[in-house]
Amino acid sequence: MIRHALVGAATLALAGCGNPQKIDPMQQVGPNPVLPAPHEELVAAVGVPKVVGWKPGETPIVPNGFHIEAMATGLANPRRVYPLPNGDILVVETDRQGSEPVDRPKDPIRDFIMSMAHGGGGAKETEGSAGKPQRITLLRDANGDGKPELKTILVDHLNSPFGVVALGGYLYVANTDALVRYPFTPGQTKITAAGQKVLDLPGGLIDHHWTKDLTASPDGSKLYVGVGSNSNSGERGPEAETNRASIWEVDAKTGAFRVFASGLRNPNGLTFYPGSNTLWAVINERDELGPNLVPDYMTSVKDGAFYGWPYSYYGQHVDRRVRPQRPDLVAKAIPPDYALSSHVAALGLTFYTGSSFPAGFRGGAFVGEHGSWNRTAYNGYRIVFIRFAGGRPVGLPHNFVAGFIGPDGKARGRPVGVAVDRTGALIFADDVGNTVWRVTYTGGNSGQPRA
Amino acid sequence: MAETVAHRPVRPISIVRHPIYSLFLPVPVVCFIGALITDLSYLNSGGNLLWVNFSAWLLAAGLVFGVVALIILLIDAIRGSAAWLAFGLLLAAWIVEFINSLVHARDGWTAVAGLGLILSIIGTVLVLVAGWFSRRAVEVVP
Repeated sequence: MIRHALVGAATLALAGCGNPQKIDPMQQVGPNPVLPAPHEELVAAVGVPKVVGWKPGETPIVPNGFHIEAMATGLANPRRVYPLPNGDILVVETDRQGSEPVDRPKDPIRDFIMSMAHGGGGAKETEGSAGKPQRITLLRDANGDGKPELKTILVDHLNSPFGVVALGGYLYVANTDALVRYPFTPGQTKITAAGQKVLDLPGGLIDHHWTKDLTASPDGSKLYVGVGSNSNSGERGPEAETNRASIWEVDAKTGAFRVFASGLRNPNGLTFYPGSNTLWAVINERDELGPNLVPDYMTSVKDGAFYGWPYSYYGQHVDRRVRPQRPDLVAKAIPPDYALSSHVAALGLTFYTGSSFPAGFRGGAFVGEHGSWNRTAYNGYRIVFIRFAGGRPVGLPHNFVAGFIGPDGKARGRPVGVAVDRTGALIFADDVGNTVWRVTYTGGNSGQPRA
Repeated sequence: MAETVAHRPVRPISIVRHPIYSLFLPVPVVCFIGALITDLSYLNSGGNLLWVNFSAWLLAAGLVFGVVALIILLIDAIRGSAAWLAFGLLLAAWIVEFINSLVHARDGWTAVAGLGLILSIIGTVLVLVAGWFSRRAVEVVP
């Protein structure tokens, strides 16, 4: 229907030379992405924009009828936003600690590229920049005007936290190495009690995908933790991947866990579809198979399902880099629901549960795409909206928030976690712009999501 | 050979009369042979990543010391105390193994199977022949 909807400026620039994977990223969105043959380049294509941040007055771009404004600035690498039932908003300011052990001459080079993607270290030039941020900041905007009256550190000295959930008198925090909880009642502005460990999570020396996302089941009895892989495609060996690349189901009371679904390379944005018992997540797929492989995706996560990593992708497309091969597991691998196109680095997912946006947004998904590094033409660097009908995604993704890369090709910001606040506004964390942004509907458009 | 020696009185660059290329040329020779062996071990192991990591480090070390050996051989060749052929072959080996190191940076099986192994074989042959031709200079003992 909105056939000309464009996701990203990458399309135009894609006519690159020497790349046999000549396809439009728009062919790689939706339920049946086009998957070209793998193309392992001699030198992996790298495209990381220089980070310059937002100048005063600069903002990301939103569709007509919407308004975007910074809700909090001067944060330190904010990655996740979490609205509490009382309207307070928690901002997880976090980064990985230390660097990965070097197994190969390639490793330090890759680490350098990754640090470029974050402007050479997230915490610099930000308040309290004593080392990397490890804290949760609370924003209180009691009158809902998008200008918090209170900005205070709720809890500090965590260990690379990412996911956070308030449940049953506790605040659960998914640190990179453990799920911990603090006695907590929404309204509280400071946590002084010591945390209790609920269970250990896979951390360790490598901890390649360190973000552990977290959500609770609708009945509050179970927690779900996203545990990313320890490598791109298994090159740290199978021992490094024990219980990784999976989503764990944790009993909130006892801390007992089981692997709920596996073969999910780096699952984030764990969210139950509103009014259902269906868990959704966005998954970062593998790199270094070419600019148009493998598409990242959004999927409902089925209990006990295996989604392929590392042995295969998109169902049963075998990754020939991984040995020993496991045809028995590949035979079980199921394809995900909805492709987002390659290397967009989807890290945030929320469903629109508010009522202040036009009707077409209700129940649809916002996906925060942090942006690519493993292709020369940037992909991602935006928040897309995907309409849902009957609890399933329909149609193409629509650009909703863009403009993270300026006309000069330099990055002002990069979106990560997304959420809907109690007024129905979309809020999201921008981890290189060090800002939490808030998007409100001001009227004046057709009431339909725009391209 | 004796005539050649007689016409080549120039001594290779040396430290206290010991030619230094003989310190550095063996490093790429040993490393590139080693990488070929660890490549074969990787393929033979069915994917034990220890071996491919070995290969990547051996290639890196061979390339670093290969640059030093190339500079020394180049100076010696210009001064007439080493064969241009030895320099040319070492340069060819270095280029092949540099490309090979990029292939070896791939994640897993495709770092070796196919192109990686072929380049390891070519690079090893080239570096061995380079070493063999450089032998002539060793005989330059006035």
